[in-house]
Amino acid sequence: MTSNKKSVSESVKNLEKPVDLTPENLKEIHNLMVQGRVLEERLVKMSKMGEGYFWIGGPGEEAFNVALGLLVDKGHGPDKDFIHLHYRNSALMLALGAPPIDAIRQMKNVETDPYSGGRNFVNHYAKPEWNVVPVSSCIEPQHSQAIGTAHAQSQGRGKGISVVIGGDAGTAEGDFATALVWASRPVNPLPLLVICTNNYAGISTPYSGQHGETEIADRGRAFNVESRKTDGNDVWNVYEALQTAINYVRKERKPYLLELDVSRLHGHSSASGANRVTNEADCVESFEKELEKIKILSPKEMDKIREDWQESILNDLKQVRTEPGPDPHSIFDHVYADKNGDKGRDTLAAQIGLDYAADTAAHFAAKKLKAKKG
Amino acid sequence: MATVAQAIRMALAHAEDNLELKDVFGEDVGPPLGGAFTVTQGLKTSWNSPLDERGIIGMATGLGLAGSRCVAEVQFCDYIFNTIDLLKLAGNACWTSMGQYPMPITVMTPVGSGIHGSVYHSHSFDSKMVQIQGWKTVMPSNAYDAFGLMLAAIKDPNPVMFLKPKALLRAKGKKLIPGEPKNAKELKKMIDMPVTKEEQAKWRPKFPKLTDPEIEIGKAYKYQEGDAATVVAWGRMQPIVEDITNKFKSERDIYLDVIDLRTIYPYDWDAIRSSVERTGRVIFVNEDTEVCNFGEHLIRRTCDELFYSLNVRPRLIAGKNVPGVGLSPILEESTQPQPWHVEKEILSLVEEPA
Repeated sequence: MTSNKKSVSESVKNLEKPVDLTPENLKEIHNLMVQGRVLEERLVKMSKMGEGYFWIGGPGEEAFNVALGLLVDKGHGPDKDFIHLHYRNSALMLALGAPPIDAIRQMKNVETDPYSGGRNFVNHYAKPEWNVVPVSSCIEPQHSQAIGTAHAQSQGRGKGISVVIGGDAGTAEGDFATALVWASRPVNPLPLLVICTNNYAGISTPYSGQHGETEIADRGRAFNVESRKTDGNDVWNVYEALQTAINYVRKERKPYLLELDVSRLHGHSSASGANRVTNEADCVESFEKELEKIKILSPKEMDKIREDWQESILNDLKQVRTEPGPDPHSIFDHVYADKNGDKGRDTLAAQIGLDYAADTAAHFAAKKLKAKKG
Repeated sequence: MATVAQAIRMALAHAEDNLELKDVFGEDVGPPLGGAFTVTQGLKTSWNSPLDERGIIGMATGLGLAGSRCVAEVQFCDYIFNTIDLLKLAGNACWTSMGQYPMPITVMTPVGSGIHGSVYHSHSFDSKMVQIQGWKTVMPSNAYDAFGLMLAAIKDPNPVMFLKPKALLRAKGKKLIPGEPKNAKELKKMIDMPVTKEEQAKWRPKFPKLTDPEIEIGKAYKYQEGDAATVVAWGRMQPIVEDITNKFKSERDIYLDVIDLRTIYPYDWDAIRSSVERTGRVIFVNEDTEVCNFGEHLIRRTCDELFYSLNVRPRLIAGKNVPGVGLSPILEESTQPQPWHVEKEILSLVEEPA
């Protein structure tokens, strides 16, 4: 057993990959990538079965997401890394340690959704314990906000950095330029890693017709921002690229622009059908081929991992089906910061006009009764 | 007596020393100018941002996400409109995250007409801002309130929009801020940047030690008790209403019940309700455009909840519903409420038979 492990480890090192990853690393990455893929496939199914209203997510971006999730310095406060995501980063959340059931809760908009209490779309996370700031459906404002967390980090002595992620189409928004302009000011450069995941489409609009620049990463040059474009689907490649970029930002306290080619395996969202596409690279599939080739995992072992996650995540869904929706009277809660246990309720807004919440409760109770009888 | 601009500056200096205010920023906010209206002269934490309003609001929001206190400025509210979605995101971060991400930031911006500011230096923003939920919006009408409300905004764990009536920024207060030197010249010498570059190079402000008057966001100020009619105003219109109030009292023996709203949202409904229940007559006075004006909301609520207390129809005085305020004084005075318009309408309210 011992000698067997050693030979595997040696074979991994001799791969001439951009970065050395141990068998344990590779297995962990694989497990998280599969977990992410199975979760997204379940979320897509939920949207098609009417167990959620809208799906948007990141199947096809697992290699990048898992690597980043494992590489950031996770924690709370400016000394740790701030993470400004968009809505294709479920595997990153899993790599940070989020249980998949929480994504299912958000998809099903139940009260137990820990990110938004049933208020927001799936893959719109918020987790202050890990500096994951609220995700919005708006394209690119996270870039304007990320300069603020990076500025707070630039004032302290800690080594925390801010990481902001957006897609290729979003770089057309002024906020992308805002991030580059503000992060590269000579009076106060910011420890900001700007990551553009390029899937060569903005909903249905092809990249080729909208981008005059040769590469998005080239825009960094205009601001003297260190930049690079590379493949985001290959685990070793993307791991090395992220590690290099993160180390640079953390050490130099300066911005870095990283453009990564990724795939979009279920289209833009449920609005465009969310069907599996077959003409794009699949990072899980290619990684599994490599793992088999270098004898880290056998096809049988990998099938078992996938099946286990499928079963586990289905059980999560069964659990979530038993969980209640939000309290209709809670709509005025958390408008403001909690003050002495008042849940930040906007009492003024609650006083104005008709009270719909009482009717809502009755309406949903009747609906439930009808469904039960039916 | 301090001007409104000086009062805000002193509040910011006070907050730097006492309230962990770490960043005051915006276009031309830092040295050498210290703000287009001198509001940020001589501060320790002020700095110049790129000319990018979206960046300014985004920077403030990011600082808020990191739990850091800041005051950001948009140089004129006329230039804030391209930040509406970012203001919405700052306003909903707490709500969408179920209270996990409060947003302790303050944004200030000069608003309103009265300085011949033409099309792009005369906009109002109170009626638009109040539709961006999750924010609190305040608007002082005098130096004392400007000082207290700025401190209240910085202390508040929520996003606060501090609207500065630009026509009042040079107006001197009538009430001393606790600790303020009585002699205006002495105060000027202490905190106003000198004119020449040589003097400026050596200049260091000496901010007086002031006491926080603890003004509460959400509490209106009753300028005068009276039975003739309720007048609710805010910002630049409040001093106009006060002059009319004094004139009516001395010349006509008419006692108006005058409320300076101070906080646009969450507004002090108790103050309005108790007054209207007593007087049966009410007028709301502000200078934002009159269609979907915030005063219209207050009239709706008055009709909803106080209809049977009213003796006559409720009234609104506001700016005309046109795309801008024209440069010519003839155009501006035909667009924005002037003292004689306010006086005429209040008199009509008081004299209308029940």
